[in-house]
Amino acid sequence: MQKLAQLSQKLNLTQYVVYIGFLLIFVFFAITLGDDGFLTQRNLVNIALQTAPTTIMAIGLVFVLAAGEIDLSFGSIVAVSALASAVVLGEQPLFFGILAGLGVGVAIGFFNGILVAYLRLPSFLVTLATMGLFAGIARTMTDLRSVPVLNSTFTDLFGSGSLFGVPSLVLWTIGAVALGHFVFRETKFGAHVLATGDNPRAAQVSGIKVPRVRMLVMMVCGACAGLAGLLYAGRLQSARYTLGESDLMTVIAAVIIGGTALNGGKGTIIGALVGSLMMGMLNNGLILMGLSVSDQMIVRGLIILIAVAISLRDVNR
Amino acid sequence: MNSQTVDVPQDVLRLENIHKSFGGVVAIEDFSLDLKAGEIVALVGDNGAGKSTLIKIISGVYTPTTGTISFDGDEVNFKDATQARASGIEVVYQDLALADEQAVYMNMFLGREQTRGPLFQLDRKKMIAETEQLVEDLDVRIPSARTTIRNLSGGQRQGVAIARATHWAKKLVLLDEPTAALGVAETAKVEKLVASLKERDLAVLIISHSLDQVFRLSDRICVLRRGQQIGIRETVKTDKNEIVSMITGV
Repeated sequence: MQKLAQLSQKLNLTQYVVYIGFLLIFVFFAITLGDDGFLTQRNLVNIALQTAPTTIMAIGLVFVLAAGEIDLSFGSIVAVSALASAVVLGEQPLFFGILAGLGVGVAIGFFNGILVAYLRLPSFLVTLATMGLFAGIARTMTDLRSVPVLNSTFTDLFGSGSLFGVPSLVLWTIGAVALGHFVFRETKFGAHVLATGDNPRAAQVSGIKVPRVRMLVMMVCGACAGLAGLLYAGRLQSARYTLGESDLMTVIAAVIIGGTALNGGKGTIIGALVGSLMMGMLNNGLILMGLSVSDQMIVRGLIILIAVAISLRDVNR
Repeated sequence: MNSQTVDVPQDVLRLENIHKSFGGVVAIEDFSLDLKAGEIVALVGDNGAGKSTLIKIISGVYTPTTGTISFDGDEVNFKDATQARASGIEVVYQDLALADEQAVYMNMFLGREQTRGPLFQLDRKKMIAETEQLVEDLDVRIPSARTTIRNLSGGQRQGVAIARATHWAKKLVLLDEPTAALGVAETAKVEKLVASLKERDLAVLIISHSLDQVFRLSDRICVLRRGQQIGIRETVKTDKNEIVSMITGV
């Protein structure tokens, strides 16, 4: 009996949706687009480079969702951070540019956190509002103008540079995933995040400082969005208010498909990474297939719908 | 501690003239009780009699309006549940306070996770080993310490909750209707578990609506009615009729 129960738990397919989906989509595009350049090294590297910001945002979102909250504002944080960084880099040395981008991300996360953790406003509504608020601020910051980033150290570090032949964007992705995975899986903080999202009352009576956990996850998400902003600014060598705007659905889908529960208590950083790569591959393949932008949106929406449906199917078991 | 004090069990908990009111509403009026190590006292009374309020006062969730609480001989004034827990008081809540999606061992160490090494990594190995030892000692039958709580039965969950309290309680365990949601066989298992806390020299205060259970488990019975302490009886020297009339007031 015991063995059987363990086996059925192990075979819990929903856990592996993301890996199976990743493989299926890869094989599908490899066959149908093999001659159109999908399998070229350049294209595959390109997918990895393009998904770097979304993967970093996804890491932040795993913490937030696992803690039973949500953040819809990270796209706006990306834009504000990238702009702040670009503007500061125009007048100040590298360090202050980086500090501005990350600092803005953490500060907005802190602002969200105060409202969510200490005023106990629902995070969905708080971040829906701050999403609009900071999208507006991003537009007024530079009067809708894009700001060029000319600091070549910055664009090397966060964009086109590489170390021992590995592109810096890939290194950032690996570093962030490793750190995120370690904190989430191996530390007390990670355990407290899961407990808070799973059963806040149980966490509270067990001595976990639930408001502090909620505060910190919003700040982690802000910091990740800030870093994603730096990566966009570095890669595009400019910042614009539209950065991160269209990533909301992609990132949420990547995280959910990756195996993180929308209602808290469950999460995986590695799953989010694979989810993000899968979404990147999907975007790339649909473009190579020559679909129009509207057709791409339809197909992408449908595939996300199917994947999310499979991922969430056992929640009400 | 010398050998002579061992013979005379010291009061683990002493409540003296506890009053608690919320605004103008009196919840507890003049409640006094002593609790010794290795003793099980049942707290009975109708809904709204103030039993849960009393548990919350002892566990530091509420502060009494007036009255003194002595714990282990010293007067205490817990500011919150964390302080009470640090002194060795554990509560098993009606709704269990378990995190469903987490493994048994993570629940056992909820808020008190063990870490190792310079990076303060979770010491899963140690937590699993201690959990397995504990559930074996207490005869809580669960598939494994790694099982997710969601996959356990009601009795197994309550077993985990009580095992957790036993593990961390140095002096006193408070149980708020531990078998309210359980079937007959599971209730029997949990009762056995509660009785075993006695052998561990813990003081136990249990709230229960089942008089059969109260008579099976307790050494003394304390009756509350609308916030008033009606009386305390030794279980062997009373019967159900007396307790029922004390509870209902007829």
